[in-house]
Parts: sequence; structure tokens; C-alpha cells
Amino acid sequence: MYMPIAEPLAETHAAKARALIRIVIVGHVDHGKSTLIGRLLHETGSLPDGKLETLRSSSARRGMRFEWSFLLDALQTERDHGITIDTSQIRFRTTARDVVLIDAPGHTEFLRNMITGASQADAALLIIDAVEGVRDQTRRHGYLLHLLGVRQIAVVINKMDRVGYDEARFREVEADISSELADLGLTAQAVIPISAREGDGVALRTPRIAWHRGPTVLKALDDFAPARPMRELALRMPVQAIYKFDDRRIVAGRIEAGRIAVGDAIVVMPSGTAARVRSIETWPAPVAGPGPQWASAGESIGITLDSEIFIDRGDIVATAAMRPKAVRRLRARVFWLGGTPLGVGASLDVRIGTAGVRGTVVKIEHAIDPGRLSSLGAADIARNHVGEIELALTRPVAADPYSVNARTGRIVLEADGRIAGGGLVLSVDVAGEGTRKRATIVPVKSAVPAAERARRFGHRGAVVWLTGLPGSGKSTLGRALEERLFARGGMPMLLDGDTLRDGLNADLGFSAADRTENVRRIAEVAAHLARNGVIAIVAAVSPSAADRAAARAIAGSRFYEVFAAAPPDICEQRDPKGHYRRARSGAIAGFTGVSAPYEAPAAPDLAVATHVLEITAAVDQLERFLEEVEVLAGGERQASPDVSI
Amino acid sequence: MRETARNDQPILAIDPIEGPGRAHARPGSEDDMDRLNELEAQSIFILREAFARLKHLAMLWSLGKDSNVMIWLARKAFFGRVPFPVLHVDTGKKFPEMYAFRDRYRTEWHLDLIVEPCPPIEDMDPTLPPAARSAARKTEGLKLALARHGFDGLIAGIRRDEEPTRAKERVFSPRGLEGSWDVRDQPPEFWDHFNATPPPGAHMRVHPILHWTEADVWAYTRRENIPIIGLYLSRDGRRYRSLGDADITFPVASQAKTIDDILIELDATKVPERSGRAMDHESEDAFERLRASGYL
Repeated sequence: MYMPIAEPLAETHAAKARALIRIVIVGHVDHGKSTLIGRLLHETGSLPDGKLETLRSSSARRGMRFEWSFLLDALQTERDHGITIDTSQIRFRTTARDVVLIDAPGHTEFLRNMITGASQADAALLIIDAVEGVRDQTRRHGYLLHLLGVRQIAVVINKMDRVGYDEARFREVEADISSELADLGLTAQAVIPISAREGDGVALRTPRIAWHRGPTVLKALDDFAPARPMRELALRMPVQAIYKFDDRRIVAGRIEAGRIAVGDAIVVMPSGTAARVRSIETWPAPVAGPGPQWASAGESIGITLDSEIFIDRGDIVATAAMRPKAVRRLRARVFWLGGTPLGVGASLDVRIGTAGVRGTVVKIEHAIDPGRLSSLGAADIARNHVGEIELALTRPVAADPYSVNARTGRIVLEADGRIAGGGLVLSVDVAGEGTRKRATIVPVKSAVPAAERARRFGHRGAVVWLTGLPGSGKSTLGRALEERLFARGGMPMLLDGDTLRDGLNADLGFSAADRTENVRRIAEVAAHLARNGVIAIVAAVSPSAADRAAARAIAGSRFYEVFAAAPPDICEQRDPKGHYRRARSGAIAGFTGVSAPYEAPAAPDLAVATHVLEITAAVDQLERFLEEVEVLAGGERQASPDVSI
Repeated sequence: MRETARNDQPILAIDPIEGPGRAHARPGSEDDMDRLNELEAQSIFILREAFARLKHLAMLWSLGKDSNVMIWLARKAFFGRVPFPVLHVDTGKKFPEMYAFRDRYRTEWHLDLIVEPCPPIEDMDPTLPPAARSAARKTEGLKLALARHGFDGLIAGIRRDEEPTRAKERVFSPRGLEGSWDVRDQPPEFWDHFNATPPPGAHMRVHPILHWTEADVWAYTRRENIPIIGLYLSRDGRRYRSLGDADITFPVASQAKTIDDILIELDATKVPERSGRAMDHESEDAFERLRASGYL
């Protein structure tokens, strides 16, 4: 007989009453991670009775000074080498919550283990030695936190006892790390001076750091927010399997985002096949009445559908209106852990959601060692380095850009059956191929062949993407170029960022995600015009290098990044729209060049010195450039253009 | 042996309950998923990944609380069926209550049970301390089962909070040809993407409840009314926190006569769960050596 248990579990039981948060500790080797963890365990009263005494006496027996880090050295091999090799997880409690502390190794050789640990974390503690300051591995870990999607970070500046608890030294290291994190789009929630060995700043703000106004480490841990399932986003349920154990045909998977209800119309991507949800199946089956009517992000469920559509592991269940893309090519920012460098032509297993597909690296850009700031511009991505890659897949799979959905917008790379890298999907459908494969959408081709248009206009279709600070002269240059091209019989069209924000992009603001979407939409329109023979002239600040790279990927060939290179002080001095003045007074938040970063192109197709050149000279330069790249037919051949597609 | 009990009358086991589904504890609720739901969803995800990506799976059934939770989760993941064999590596030295439990629930849960007897202790590495040597029989029994059945995946109910070396485990953990575990060369594992390609002749260990705690296991057992062996509950002021071979497993002092009592007791204790397992404590590295050679 079934007797439902109605009474709540004992109040003291953690599973009911207390929140759980997973926090990873990262930083350069020997900056004091294990010591801090040992100290935290002690301060929170989490050590088994007698453990400290046992360790103190065992240290004495070995003739060593007791170190807090000994608490964690569970493995013989770690004691031998004195470094943490693999991720270890330690549980303890603060007054507010249960904490799982993930101890990630600081040694470069074990970056794969740091990644394994950090990927499970809701938040990170980045530890820095006050004497040594920011080191290679500090930067590398910061960069990987960014790539892994860990956005909550507190910085702990350790070994303050070694610098005499000097506030000036603390401020120096604080300034260094803050600027490094800012470059990655990260902000530390707190920067805390501590001595893990002596106990300052861990649980108490001792007199020696009385000048510190921020939280202690324990308080900072309590200030982190646990990750929440992404219920507010559009439905994404990657299919794990189809089960036919009995007469039911159950589609099993975990909902990564959104919710699903009985009766919902869904589509299965990448095929685009439509169906309705007939039931949500559970075991044990309900004794009486219907089963659950809906489920949401974070739940592992099984559904049945109203028709026998083809559906398989790797597909994503979504809604028709907000479906992921069917992707044949994608661009991603990845970290690489493989034994041999990742180069163009490499063939890999690519995993997105539950899908596995073979992929080939067709392009590599910005390969760098995240531990060192200088970009080497290497052709390959070395072990433990990062870079941007373009992948061509052997068949379409469902995926999102990371900015749309963090769960279905990331990839894992496998080489020889072993996970060897991963990263964020910056953009999808580089060649626009995947979209054409959709079963339910048959794109209509223009009736006028591109070659016909080229013959009439005397040029090929192209995207001229003008980027630069506000006030750098993008719109002025764009208008002048439009006039010039039209005068020579061409078909130019200006897409001005501000103008489009009045209509097409009126729903978007200035957050990073909205800026990305703003650029994406402009790029889609520009690419469509270019495919149909028009020269699309885009004038948009487009401050993010990644967004511009995504725009290039959308446009495919004949995309030209043109940098309006007027320096910041001159742009601000010009201030044609009065925006700088208002940004300085605080009336505009997140204004590029004042309170939001502008990432100047590292290698633009063309840089125009808009602060030096007369407008006519600047347009001359652009016109010559378009002739050189054979978008425009050369001046002497203008009468009989032989441009062809 | 036929006696059963609710959790306030510990005798042998709590009845298995085929009641209203608890897969959705609060269907239609906008509340956050509580921790048990979150743990359950994650474990089901892992089990389904294992079933999809490995060809010859088996689940290790030690008859203890953890592996019973694991079987329960498998039945949820696969809608009532455990679609792979359940393997009991039998030392022949378990408590009688454990054998009774096995014989009852293999039938009631429709398990495809494989019992693999372990080789005698005389065949074990004589340099190991006595209890570890006894436990090593299980490792050898496991190797025999692997050789006999050719499994490429073994699902095991270990948890990170049990023991420090287990805290370093991956969810999908590759084993060498001899079943050995190389903690120094574990592949990366992130974002719930798992390494599921064992080298030829080797196998993967899959750990679906790695992220659970002892208290989580008990709270879930209670919520789902999963049967347990009575030895876990206090009799004459003592109970077993962890069950192994009868000769090398010892009870702890406890007044916990119900699962609720256990949860309250666990909330206060700082004594490790495996303190009653002799082989862990014979030398500083005994357990690690056992694990490196293939012990769970």
C-alpha cells in the first residue's frame, strides 16, 4: 500500500533547508589554493574531530612544518610532488549554505583538470600571491573562466603577511587583475586581501587588514548566487534516445532551456519536422489521473508525440517560432587540450548537445596563449592555447550561437575518442548552407541571376563594413561612398546602425547580447543585399571583434572590414551628436568609448584615417580598394565590365 | 525474512512502493526544483548517456543503499526497466540479510542478475594488509566478470563524498586493460559531455551518483520509499553505515531507528562514512592502491 510521506524532513537536513553552491578555486601554482581551502575547512568547523591534531603530528614525524594544504593531499602522489594534480571536491557549510569547493590544480600541465573542475562551478575564487602578483596561470585561468561561462568571480589576494599587510601593494595587484578581467568582460564581485596561513580576511577582518572595506572570503562565498535552470529562454530539449521498451515510443532527454507542456506544438531540429506533445511519461506511472502536464528546464523527462515523425538522438526539440539553426558550418572560440596542435584541415568529432558529428577545421584565427597577452598570430592552436575556428560539419546539426543559448551554443571537440577541447559558438551558418537544408523551408531564389545584376551595375555584390568609435566619421564616409558608387552607375545601399535601431532593431538595447543581435541582424540584411548584387555599406560602431567576425561569417565572401581610424580624443572632440558629453555626465550608460569598450580591428581589410583625410580623399581610397579586390570593375574597363560571379 | 516494515518499524526492509509517480514531486509548481529533483535529473541524464553511448553495459549491484538508489534511478530513466544486466560480484562473505535482499528484489525488480563469485584469498597480493587483501578479491572477481562478458561499461554507485580518492573521479572514467585507474592521466570532462570511447579491450566506469552525498542517498531513499536492508538501522545501539563483507565491516554506535533519525545523525556527525570499513585504514595509501588496481 502506498503511503505518501506528507511531513517535511527534519529541518536540519541540508537537502531541504539549505542552498547548495559550487565554487571553484583557481589561480597560479603555489599561490595558496590548498592552504586557503584547509583554512576554510578549519574556520567553518568542518574538519573531523582530531584531524588537525593527526596532521600536525604526522607533519612533525616527517620533520616538516605543518601546512594547511596537507589536509587536501589525499593522494600519495600529490604528497610527493607537492602540487594538486586533479580536481578534488570538498564540502563544507557556511552559516548560510552548503558549499562544494572544487580545488583546481594550478600547474599548466593539468589545465584539463582545472577545466573539468571549473566547468561544474557556479562561481570562482581566483587566488593571487601578493608578492608575485598576476602570473601566466592567473591570466590563463581567467580566460578559461570566461570561455567556460563562469561569470561570478571573487579575487583573493593571498600571502598579505609576506608584504607586511601593505595596502599599497594590495591596490597595485587589485588594479592589475581588474584590468585583465575587464578585457575578458568579467568584473570581480570582490577583491579581498588575506593571509590564508595566518587567517586574516578568511573568516574575520583582522586589525592587520583594517583598511579593507570589502567582505571576508566567507562573506564573499555567501554573496555568490547559485546557478538556476534557464526556464525563461526558448525551449531546447536535446534528444538522448528514443525508447521502445513497450508500445510507447518515448523521446527521452533533459530540458536545457524553457518548458514543454502536453499539447504543445514542437519542431524537431535540424529536420524541422513538426508534431505535438501527446504526453509526458513517468515511472512509476500515476495510479489514477493524468501524469504531469508540463516540465521545465533542468528536468530529465520522456515525451510521446502525436505522430510517428523521424526523430533521433542528437536532434533538438524546440518551438517553431524560436528554433535553433540547422548548422553545417560554425565559428567558435575554443580552448585546445590535445597533444598535437590544432591546425586547418584537422578532422574531429564535434559534440553539440547530444549530437555527435564529424567536422573539419577550415579556418583558424587569433590563436594565442591566454597566459601571455601578446597575440602571436600563430597558424595553429597549441596545447593549452585558445583561438577562433571555423568548422565545416559533415551533416547539419541543431545549434545556437552562445549568445542565444549557452547550453546549445557550446561545442566539445574530441580527437581519437578523447575530449580534447571545447568552446563557445560565436556564429552559425557561415555559408548559409544549413538553412537551405531545412525540410520545411524552401528559400525562393531571386529571378534575376547575380551575373545579370553585375553586368548592369558594373560591380559585384559586397558588404563594406565601416566600424569605428562614435564620431569617427563612419556615417559621413558611408554616405559619401554611396553617392560616389551611385554616380558611377552602381547599386549601393547604406545601412546605418542608428537608422536601423529606429526600426528593424528598435527592440534592442545596448547590453552585450543586444549589441550582438543588432550586429547579426544588420549582417543578415547586408549579406542578403550583397548576394543580390548590391554593395551594402554598413555604418555601425560594432564594438565587439567577435560580433564583427560573426558578421563576416554570415556574409561569407566579399565582406570588407573598414576601420574608421580616428583616435578616441578626436572623436570625443568632434562629438557630432553630443553623445560623448552626455555619456561623460552619466546621462548615457554603456557608451562605447566612454563607459563601454571598443575593440579596434586587429587586421582590418582597410583602415581609413578619417581624422586626417578630406572626405573626397577618403572615398577615393575606398574606391581604389574596391577596385583592387575586384568588387568594382577597374576605371579603364568601365565601359565593358567583365565582372562575373 | 518475509517480514517487512515501514521506516518506523525496522525489521528487514521497507516495502517497495509502486505508488503515484514522484518523478515530478510538484507537477505544475513554479518553485525551484529542490535538490533531490536536481540530483535525480542529473543521474538520469548520465544513465541515459551511458546507455546510448556504450554497447555492453552492466550495473554493479552491491546490495547497499547506494546501488539500490542507482537501480531505482535506472528504472526512472528507462521507464520501469533496467535495460542491462545487474552484476553482483560475490565474495560469498556478505551478511545473510544481504543475500535475502538480493534474492527478493532480483525478482520483484525484474533484474537480469549476474552473480560472479570471487577467487579465494590465497590468490591475492600477499603484500596488501589483511583487510585490503580480502577486499582485493572483489577486484579480481570483477576482472573475471569483465573477461567473461566483455562489458565496455560498468555503472558503479560510488560518491565523491565517501572517500578522498573518489572525489577525484570523473563521471565517465576510463579503465586500463587490467581495470586499472590512472589518476594522473584522466581526460577532461566538462559541460556534461563524457568520454565514452574506451580503448580496445578496456572499459569505462560510469558513476551516475558521483555528485550525491550520504545524506542525499538517505533523503532520496526515504522520499521514494526505496527498500533497504535492515542492518542500516539501529539495533541494540548500533547500526551499519556502510555494508561490505561481514568479516571486515563493523557497525557504528547509533540510535537511528528510522531514516529520519539517520538524517539527523548525519547532520551532526564528523565521523567518515567508511570508518567501519577496515581496509581503508590499514595504511595511508591502502585504499588508493586498491583503487589504482581496479577496486571501486
